[in-house]
Amino acid sequence: MIYEFDFNSVFAYWQFFLEGARTTVVMSFWSTLAGFILGVLCAIARSSSIAWLSKTVGAYVEIIRNTPLIIQSYFLIFGMSSIGLTMPILVGAILALVINITAYTCEIVRAGIESVPRSQREAGECLGLSPLQVYWHIILVPALERVYPALTSQFILLMLVTSVLSAVGTEDLFGVSGQVQSMTFRNFEVFIILWGIYLALSLMVRVIFWLLGKVLFVRRRRLGTLL
Amino acid sequence: MNHEQLVFLLQGAWGTFLLSILTFIFASMTGLLIALLRVSANPIARGVAFTYIQAIQGTPLLVLMGVCFYGPTILGFTSVPALTAAVLALTIQSSAFLGEIWRGCIESVPKNQWEAAECLSLSRTQRMLMVILPQALRIAVPPTVGFMVQIVKNTSIASLVIGFAELSYNAKILNNATFQPFLYFGLAAVLYFIICYPLSRLSLKLERRLNVSRG
Repeated sequence: MIYEFDFNSVFAYWQFFLEGARTTVVMSFWSTLAGFILGVLCAIARSSSIAWLSKTVGAYVEIIRNTPLIIQSYFLIFGMSSIGLTMPILVGAILALVINITAYTCEIVRAGIESVPRSQREAGECLGLSPLQVYWHIILVPALERVYPALTSQFILLMLVTSVLSAVGTEDLFGVSGQVQSMTFRNFEVFIILWGIYLALSLMVRVIFWLLGKVLFVRRRRLGTLL
Repeated sequence: MNHEQLVFLLQGAWGTFLLSILTFIFASMTGLLIALLRVSANPIARGVAFTYIQAIQGTPLLVLMGVCFYGPTILGFTSVPALTAAVLALTIQSSAFLGEIWRGCIESVPKNQWEAAECLSLSRTQRMLMVILPQALRIAVPPTVGFMVQIVKNTSIASLVIGFAELSYNAKILNNATFQPFLYFGLAAVLYFIICYPLSRLSLKLERRLNVSRG
């Protein structure tokens, strides 16, 4: 038996895919933005000298990084609804993603902060910069610049794992594809099309981060270099 | 929670363990091949490996799961066992990531090692097998152990498309029957943590040891 591909019957539902891709982009955008800000804050707390704060953030990071996203989102979303806290599914999904990505961002940014040599900090102080100025200009910004490529990869992975949240009912690209499958019975074709769309989306995210990096970080420091 | 429910959850953990081990075995073999192709002298081989890695890393694991589950049927197989499809999808994905990690390890072996081996008139294969790979292996152990954590976590979505009964699937079934999400998903999280955390720690420890011996 030779299988006959039938992409046309699937393409007839292109509006579903478009709507799904839009939801995926919305989920990725908000969780990237919130995850980045919270992740940097967590990294600052993690590398601070306040022991209890650093330990608490460390425990959070380890718990999140050593359990799968799907269990985290089941725990959060089904758990909250079991105690009567309900919210729109999109909000719950973004919340689960933010809790997840914050831990990963924290760990990456912490590595960047720790890579800044002590001598640079001292040199900044000698130049009469205020502690806040030292932290911003000498530590945080160069640290972010060094780990920028790692952050980019992590945020691309984030965009891809938004598909997992379809298990709790979000109508993202992967979620809507299930509907198309049940209407067309063309499962394989649907997955091939999904593959193409996700590839295009990840390319898009990569280009956006590349352009952003060009604007934000003029010096292009790398991890492992001093200046 | 009664005894049967705990056993059911542990059965799920066994499924997760089995899936992870099989994936790691097959993905290491494929990943090594990808890494070697990626550093090969032949531009076509390099191009093929590069395209493979980009195409796999640019799509979610769930899509690969779907392709591996429905793909074989169009080739004429009537049905694919869930375990086979899940291992296949996880292997394809993990091999792309491992290939890229190991390429980095191979390339981080100092260049003068290559040159010295060449001066000893070793062939390219000999150089790779006897000089470069043994040294790359040492560098590769910490990130590989770290990646095993990713594999264990990735198995958790094998139930979504394919319906393979692993830990998160069994936890979901128990929750559907009893509606105690904090208990069952909490327990599942603890079980995942018990598998993953030692691996994470080991990876970190090995990495520190490697850096000390180098410094």
